[in-house]
Amino acid sequence: MVKKTSSSGGALPFFVGFVAMLFVGWWAFPRMLFSEVQQPIRFSHVVHVEEQEMACEDCHFLNEDGSFNGIPSTASCAECHSDVLGEDPDEAKFVEQYVNEEKEVEWLVYQYQPDNVFFSHAAHQGKDCTTCHPDVAKSDTPPTYYQNKLTDYSNGGYKIVFGRGVGVDPAYSRGTMKMWECERCHAENGQSNACYVCHR
Amino acid sequence: MSAFKEFPIRWGMVIDIDKCTGCGACTVACNKENNIAPQPQQLERIAGKGFPTRFKKLEWLTVYELSNGVQGSGHDTAYLPRPCMQCGMPSCVSVCPATATDKNENGGIVSQIYPRCFGCRYCMASCPYHARVFNWDQPVYPDGMEKQLTPNVSVRSRGVVEKCNFCHHRWMYAKDAARVAGEDPNALPEDAYIPACAEACPTGAIYFGDVKNPEHKVYELIHSPYTFRLLERLGTDPQVYYMSKREWVRRQGDNYLENEAGPVAHGNGGLHG
Repeated sequence: MVKKTSSSGGALPFFVGFVAMLFVGWWAFPRMLFSEVQQPIRFSHVVHVEEQEMACEDCHFLNEDGSFNGIPSTASCAECHSDVLGEDPDEAKFVEQYVNEEKEVEWLVYQYQPDNVFFSHAAHQGKDCTTCHPDVAKSDTPPTYYQNKLTDYSNGGYKIVFGRGVGVDPAYSRGTMKMWECERCHAENGQSNACYVCHR
Repeated sequence: MSAFKEFPIRWGMVIDIDKCTGCGACTVACNKENNIAPQPQQLERIAGKGFPTRFKKLEWLTVYELSNGVQGSGHDTAYLPRPCMQCGMPSCVSVCPATATDKNENGGIVSQIYPRCFGCRYCMASCPYHARVFNWDQPVYPDGMEKQLTPNVSVRSRGVVEKCNFCHHRWMYAKDAARVAGEDPNALPEDAYIPACAEACPTGAIYFGDVKNPEHKVYELIHSPYTFRLLERLGTDPQVYYMSKREWVRRQGDNYLENEAGPVAHGNGGLHG
């Protein structure tokens, strides 16, 4: 009888393959799921909030009819930026390409919700914005927008490490708000979790 | 049947059948407000197969024609707009295997969550009012119409059931407006929130409000002796009320037998039409 020998060469190839598959599963595959998109203009909240001492409500306010203004329009930005004010190349780009052309900037919204979700900013006035949003007020460069290639939704400025979203700032690690997050907060605060409270 | 659910607010609609001319403006306004795609091919397709088009067409509010059945000069016609009744004891809720529909919110509006619905249509079978419709096809909007869609209402895909929800989004926005104005969102004044059909009705036949709020018109109207509800004896306790001074109309509101005593008159009884 010939003694059976291993044709694959023992434990080392297994170990190499194992590590390779971990690498694929934890590092390569998550990157395949998301495409990295940058904001069209490098908008600095730091410049506006800390240096120019603007309040959040100067741009993000509630309209009289109860709706939320969201991101300001080019027209309201142009109230200050009708001409180039500073030295920043992105500001010059904004004035040239959007203000002069009277075009709206296609800002990428990290917390964009599906069509059937109703969210009222008016009802959540008492909450801190960073409960749901990344703390962009302290950001000089907007976080990278990771767009899910299948769903088109953002993961809310995650850094993808080992297949999971890991943020430097915990606030950045929030993806688009999930239903269970809304439900948990509603339950904790004694608010209704009826379907139509959040859906339409 | 689910247990009766009581809420502090009870949104109610009172439709005065004697004022309704059957013009259909309510249906048009509803379709437009709620992003219901026009379905010319749909009707042809169903008619071509020999099915009755009555319950297959996608509309949340249907206007029915009533007749007193008399030939000649004594003939009389009435029109009955039928939205979802938002029943107090909805038969559709208890049969839903996916909890896609529920009556669990203040105001008593029966909710319908489209992404959760998988289209078994038990609710349609159980609804005695045929208030629910099924998306047999993906909605197709003619060129340019998608720019006119209401952003406040989600569009539904093929394979789900949908129904009238009293333009629930309008209530949400009315509450938001009240919050910003510093008012109580749970004590909206008359007409701060009305569905699209009530707003569009040219004769003002559709009244809308909180039937528990004495400051709202509907509070008085539902106690009128001429007010009735559809198939009231089934015990579904609808939140949609109808009014007519014509007794034959009120009798048609429920399946009264020919010789049976009509609906109990609360006051002086009806006038004969």
